[in-house]
Amino acid sequence: MIQTYNFDFWPVLQRWPALLDGVWTSLLLAAAGVLGGTLLGIFGALGRGSQLAPLRWFLRGYVELFRNTPLLVQLFIFYLGLPTIGVRMSPLGASCLALVLNNAAYTTEIMRAGIAATPRGQVEAAESLALRRWQILAFIVIRPALARIYPALVSQNVLLMLSTGITSAIGAQDLTAAASDINSDTFRSLEVFLIAGAVYLVLNYVLRVLLWAVGLVLFPNQKSWA
Amino acid sequence: MRGIGAPELTYIVFAARWTILLSVMALVGGGFFGAVLTLAGISRSRRVRLVVTGFVQLVQGTPLLILLLLAYFGLSASGLELGALLSSALALTLYAGAFLTTIWQAAIDAIRPGQWEGAAALGLRRSQQLRLVILPQAVRLALPPTCGFVVQAIKNTSLASIIGFIELTRAGQIVSNATFQPLAAFGVVAALYFLLCLPFTLLTEWLEGRQTNLLKGHAR
Repeated sequence: MIQTYNFDFWPVLQRWPALLDGVWTSLLLAAAGVLGGTLLGIFGALGRGSQLAPLRWFLRGYVELFRNTPLLVQLFIFYLGLPTIGVRMSPLGASCLALVLNNAAYTTEIMRAGIAATPRGQVEAAESLALRRWQILAFIVIRPALARIYPALVSQNVLLMLSTGITSAIGAQDLTAAASDINSDTFRSLEVFLIAGAVYLVLNYVLRVLLWAVGLVLFPNQKSWA
Repeated sequence: MRGIGAPELTYIVFAARWTILLSVMALVGGGFFGAVLTLAGISRSRRVRLVVTGFVQLVQGTPLLILLLLAYFGLSASGLELGALLSSALALTLYAGAFLTTIWQAAIDAIRPGQWEGAAALGLRRSQQLRLVILPQAVRLALPPTCGFVVQAIKNTSLASIIGFIELTRAGQIVSNATFQPLAAFGVVAALYFLLCLPFTLLTEWLEGRQTNLLKGHAR
């Protein structure tokens, strides 16, 4: 059974510059996934309601393909698989691409539900007020839909940030990779992964607060979730 | 050099049973654990509720991969060698338990307080109120998101490959390394995950649709 274990955090804390480097890479990956994925997902959701049937089928296939396979396998396909057909990427590039496409698939589905809840009469009212097409899309369809599904979007993006650690499996030098390196150097496994976990926990709350604040600015009239 | 032939395909397909086993372990263990936490979460003791909330937030705010590395490397460094399968099962159980607790608590919270009060007014004890009045309604609400979580649980088992457990993803890596055909190997792996997950995705959608219709029916 478990013997009395002497915690020794010092060998891990000594290597804080490596951990900090990892945090920056993790933040970069998370930012790419959150921003790229959300933007792409909004377009994806608009496309899901398009009158072009082939576009709708393509997007449906894309969403189901990415939602029903693990991120880890997607990373392997982008980083190890694509070079065999001539597409080469750095670990960081492949990770960003996989995170963006993965997050966009979920965002497409979440956003689609938000758009579907837009009352038809609102669009008709906007048309009768002679608003331009892009104005209707931006202010009558997208913005209220975003406001409606914002809590779900926040949860999804926090989950995405927490899953960036998986990119360490293809050699992205993020926080999890830094922790794994320190683990093989020091064998202080419990300490190093506890510290890494604590950092992720803090990042999780920071991102939640940040996205909540962004929501307050973007949707000042939406009181239900604030 | 070997290509991807029948032996390689069979190897990958048979590795899927370990993915299925891990998923079942995660869902059974997580389901039991989540049920206990959900019950504790509606306790009348504030301290018990705080412990449940704290634990759920702690697990959900930590990446599954870190939990897995803690369960595998961390526990063995402290003298508890679980091996890859049990470490994975432990981490996946904690993770699934926390998420299922959130889902089930939300379903119970969605039942109007009047239902509790009404049941109490009929002279039912608290355990009876829960069992006879609240749960039958909450289970219907919880069914679609629980089914959706099955998909997450199946996909999450792929992380066990990182600590060296040979399931679907690790089998794909092995075949990829032996044949130098990563695209084909991981293509097959992805297709198998897709086949495992899609039924649950479609079932979730069907359940959600049925629920929306039910709610519309009540409104009329």
